[in-house]
Amino acid sequence: MLKKLILFIVLLAVTVGTIYPVLTVITVSLRPGDRLLSTSLAIIPDGATFENYIALFRDKPFARWMFNSTLVALAVTIFATALASTAGYAFSRFRFPGHRAGMTLLLVTQMFPATMLLLPLFLMLAKLQLINSYLGLIAVYSATALPFTIWQMKGYYDTIPRELEEAALMDGAGYWRVFYSIILPLAAPALVITALFSFLTAWSEYIVAAQVLLTENLFTLPLGLKQFQSSMTTEWGLYSAGSIIVSIPVIALFLYLSKWLVSGLTLGSVKG
Amino acid sequence: MNNDKRFAMALIIPAAIIIAAVVVYPFVYNLVLSFSNMSLLHIRDWQIIGPRQYEKVFTEPRFYGILWKTLLWTVVNVTFHVTIGMALALVLYEKVPGKKLFRTLLILPWAIPPVVTALTWRGMFHYEYGAVNLILAKVLHQTPIQWLNDPVGTFAACIMTNVWLGFPFMMIVALGGLQSIPHDLYEAATMDGANAWQRFKTVTLPMLKPVMTPAIVLGFVWTFNKVDIVWLVSNGGEPADSTHILVSYVYRAAFNLYRYGYAAAFSVIIFLILMAFSLVFMRMQREKATPA
Repeated sequence: MLKKLILFIVLLAVTVGTIYPVLTVITVSLRPGDRLLSTSLAIIPDGATFENYIALFRDKPFARWMFNSTLVALAVTIFATALASTAGYAFSRFRFPGHRAGMTLLLVTQMFPATMLLLPLFLMLAKLQLINSYLGLIAVYSATALPFTIWQMKGYYDTIPRELEEAALMDGAGYWRVFYSIILPLAAPALVITALFSFLTAWSEYIVAAQVLLTENLFTLPLGLKQFQSSMTTEWGLYSAGSIIVSIPVIALFLYLSKWLVSGLTLGSVKG
Repeated sequence: MNNDKRFAMALIIPAAIIIAAVVVYPFVYNLVLSFSNMSLLHIRDWQIIGPRQYEKVFTEPRFYGILWKTLLWTVVNVTFHVTIGMALALVLYEKVPGKKLFRTLLILPWAIPPVVTALTWRGMFHYEYGAVNLILAKVLHQTPIQWLNDPVGTFAACIMTNVWLGFPFMMIVALGGLQSIPHDLYEAATMDGANAWQRFKTVTLPMLKPVMTPAIVLGFVWTFNKVDIVWLVSNGGEPADSTHILVSYVYRAAFNLYRYGYAAAFSVIIFLILMAFSLVFMRMQREKATPA
């Protein structure tokens, strides 16, 4: 009993410490304009107001940034999940020329520093005049997302027994049919995790977007948020309100899908 | 070609084409650049100049300081991630009231977009209005610290931010590992008279190892190359370019200083360092797996 109580108190303390930064953002986002810089530690500020949230959509192109982020993130998600679910299956079930080399290559890319692909891709995009376009950004994001997602899917397919397909093939079903009506549904946890990670990375990426997107109208949300902080005086109210809006869909998705995290994340298979 | 070969090809070719275009080709291009003099001055008339950019990296005195700092950054972060994550996983695995809610709240740092994390923590380290100093002063009655004007303070701020961001991943991985440990093992250990610490050492740790090892290796590689937190918390390496790990230094060389050839060579060097680390690590694992 005492042990339980101690564990509970420890857990409570760590959790409060963990969510404290989140609470401070909520606090600042609710502060009225004349009290943004305050040394108060109260969670709900005096004279709490939604003024900052309204200002985002009224005075800033925040809605446009949301649209841009959604578009880019969805494109990367669909693209990466479709390619990873098929390529991962091939790597899991078939031996073909380049199989080993391919798997090694995918693993090796995980050691690339971000600049290793970003710099040449940036120069390529400049040559193709794709700087300041969604297409360029989507291409770079896919380059980062694909290797890991293929590994991830392959690892999960490996855990599905082959007998399932063999039985269906014996019954005369074609390869494609077996793949999409038997294997894909079974791989749902991994598909969900793959899609989630692709979406999250694209939705909240800053480092690449900062080089590829130049005009405010094309900004994704992270660039917009940074802009609030990089002007001479930080617009704390707008920044905080914006952060909350950027985070909510991601957190909701993440928590809703978190029950899949343990089963869908097949890290154990990285050893191949 | 028989049927299953054709099917395999149909599955693999789209991904292969894309990867060739956005991974393999840029990789080769980067190699070429690393032997060239390309920069803002020589953007069109660049030419191959041999390994001179590599020499520049190795003769740059700051390289070794930044390399050391990167190792420190990686080791400190991964150590905290793994210890905090595993400790929390162990606690969450016990029958604690409200553990579902705790688990959900503790995943939050992983769920929040890193850009929000970094910029928020940067705000929290503000000298006058940041929550860290306010708590130091008001709750703990300490003198506030000039976090972001001081190289050591900024680096510490980056590490704290990244520790906060990274432990939930290790926690989830460890939780998954704990769930796969059969209960009879603990019962057998208890029968043999093992106390809690001995059970942890002889049952939990060895059983967690196969799950945690790949996570730790990945964590090491990811942290080594993690550019966004350092870049955003230190606002591009401030004060005076003193807060850099290797990859943020290259990012600056490439995109703020337009030293393309130099940055390309630097990227290759970082990559080789990580490759060497991984190969050594894999060999060690293999030797352990097959005792002489």
